[in-house]
Amino acid sequence: MRKTFTLALIAALLATGACSRKPAAVVTTPPPATTATAPTTSEDDVGLVELPGSQADLIAKAGTDTIHFATDKSDVDVPSRTILAAQAKWMMANPAVRASIEGHADERGTREYNMALGERRANAARDFLVAQGVPSARLLVTSWGKEKPLAVGSDETAWAQNRREVTVVVK
Amino acid sequence: MKHIALLAVLLTSAATAQDAPPPLEVNVVGGTNAVTAIAVPAMPTAADAPAGLGRQVAEVIASDLRSTGLFTPLGPDGIGTYARDAASSPAYATWRSAGAAQLVAGYVEANGPDRVTIACYIHDVAAGRELTHQGFTVAATDWRRAAHKCADTVYSRLSGETGFLDTRVVYVAETGPKNNRTKRIAIMDSDGSNHRYLTLGDATVTTPRFSPTGDKLVYMTASGRRPRVMLMDVASGTTHSLIPGLVLTFAPRFSPDGRNVVFSMAKNGRTAIFTIPTAGGTPRRLTDSVGADTSPSYSPDGSRIAFESDRGGTQQLYVMNADGSNQKRISFGGGRYASPMWSPRGDLIAFTKIAGNFRIGIMSPSGGGEKILTDAWQDEEPSWAPNGRFVMFNRIRQGASGQTSLYAVDINGGDPRRLPTPQDGSDPSWSPLQR
Repeated sequence: MRKTFTLALIAALLATGACSRKPAAVVTTPPPATTATAPTTSEDDVGLVELPGSQADLIAKAGTDTIHFATDKSDVDVPSRTILAAQAKWMMANPAVRASIEGHADERGTREYNMALGERRANAARDFLVAQGVPSARLLVTSWGKEKPLAVGSDETAWAQNRREVTVVVK
Repeated sequence: MKHIALLAVLLTSAATAQDAPPPLEVNVVGGTNAVTAIAVPAMPTAADAPAGLGRQVAEVIASDLRSTGLFTPLGPDGIGTYARDAASSPAYATWRSAGAAQLVAGYVEANGPDRVTIACYIHDVAAGRELTHQGFTVAATDWRRAAHKCADTVYSRLSGETGFLDTRVVYVAETGPKNNRTKRIAIMDSDGSNHRYLTLGDATVTTPRFSPTGDKLVYMTASGRRPRVMLMDVASGTTHSLIPGLVLTFAPRFSPDGRNVVFSMAKNGRTAIFTIPTAGGTPRRLTDSVGADTSPSYSPDGSRIAFESDRGGTQQLYVMNADGSNQKRISFGGGRYASPMWSPRGDLIAFTKIAGNFRIGIMSPSGGGEKILTDAWQDEEPSWAPNGRFVMFNRIRQGASGQTSLYAVDINGGDPRRLPTPQDGSDPSWSPLQR
């Protein structure tokens, strides 16, 4: 059974890969083939394919793909607004791509609360990008909670780096 | 083949023995358990059974009894064995002089080509009488389960508690550096044996939780950058997404009848609690606050749900009716409170208390009688044993290693005991007692 499932997943991923090579205009259309052949994984397959070249360009133009937050807070501070405004400008100059707006928390919170906190941070960044003119349909909000720390220390310096929102360019 | 058949003939006489009032050999004084010395010699093994199996059975029983914190097992190493006939009529004076207050005796024999029977006798050595006996017939490959059943019989008879040793644990096995963890759902017997992985490690997974019958799991997976609640059939490993649509869902737990799953959904900066039929359907909203409502856990009768919310400014514990009505805060002890889990006995709620460090504690469902059970840098994710006497949790070590391990603590006191896992472990869930 496991093998069958894995094969279905691979098939779904291949189908998604095929879609991603189509012109950008069709990307927002959900690929019907994956829904039909692999219903259990179709919700992955909305075209969230990372674009390393575009990501590097976003970082080059906007300065960074990341903003940071205070402990247990989701307020977007003034330096972060400057960064997000530059990201919004880049998003509007690159209408073919979407962005996964991904919130993170530091390790000093419980796992499930941190999922909620990460979503709250990502949502705050998304709201700012939308206010700057980026169509909300191009922004997908998600949370990693404390699952993906950048810095490995257990001190305020490390935690400050891990309390963040990352704008990930996707197709 | 997983089911254990009780020997009818042994059951009949065991029922008679169990009519006696529960003995009080195990004393609980001031929260500290008095420890009973119990002899667990190697069981005689009939010629038709695998050689040495009686010793292995005794080793499992001794290990199980030690893990309860209520017993100091003597043997099977270092003490003698006995003839099969002596399982029911031991030489009490011999065991008395060995320093034992109790004795677990028995024997192992074949029962057809692929099955074995393990007989389990419990004796009060000091009083010189048998307390109870039971027999367990299992597939030969499942002999460890019969040993766990025997240990549960001992534990239950001598402590007055329901057994909890013939159980499994599902948890998240973690490998790799702290900033690039591979996480896989793993399952094992509660003594660490029969360990296997249920997911491949290609997607981040968290918080696996057993269904009330132990045959299904709900958990969160973040494959495709989309964290959401999944359902898994344990035996086949097949999985499917439980919640329709592109929504961020997490913190799943089954209702006590297994028909519903309660979970959190995050949207537009708010996290609320919903339920959905396990068979699929439309999510039903239970909470609607401006904050983060998460970590829901049903009461064992299914009538209420404990959860945490930061609607008042900080994470605190709340209880509501199962339909979402009558939401009331129950934690007022200072600091933050998180990840409540309602005891299977219904009388307590375990939680994580955040006041500087993270500690595991218990309180009544009305918020009284708060008691902190652990003291370390970061303990979290409490999960009850099915008998409501122990709480398992994960302990995270401070620093760059990210090391995390599973521990269990007796709510009556004592030091937490570490559960051995092949790699780091987090997010434990204790199965119901197996049938």
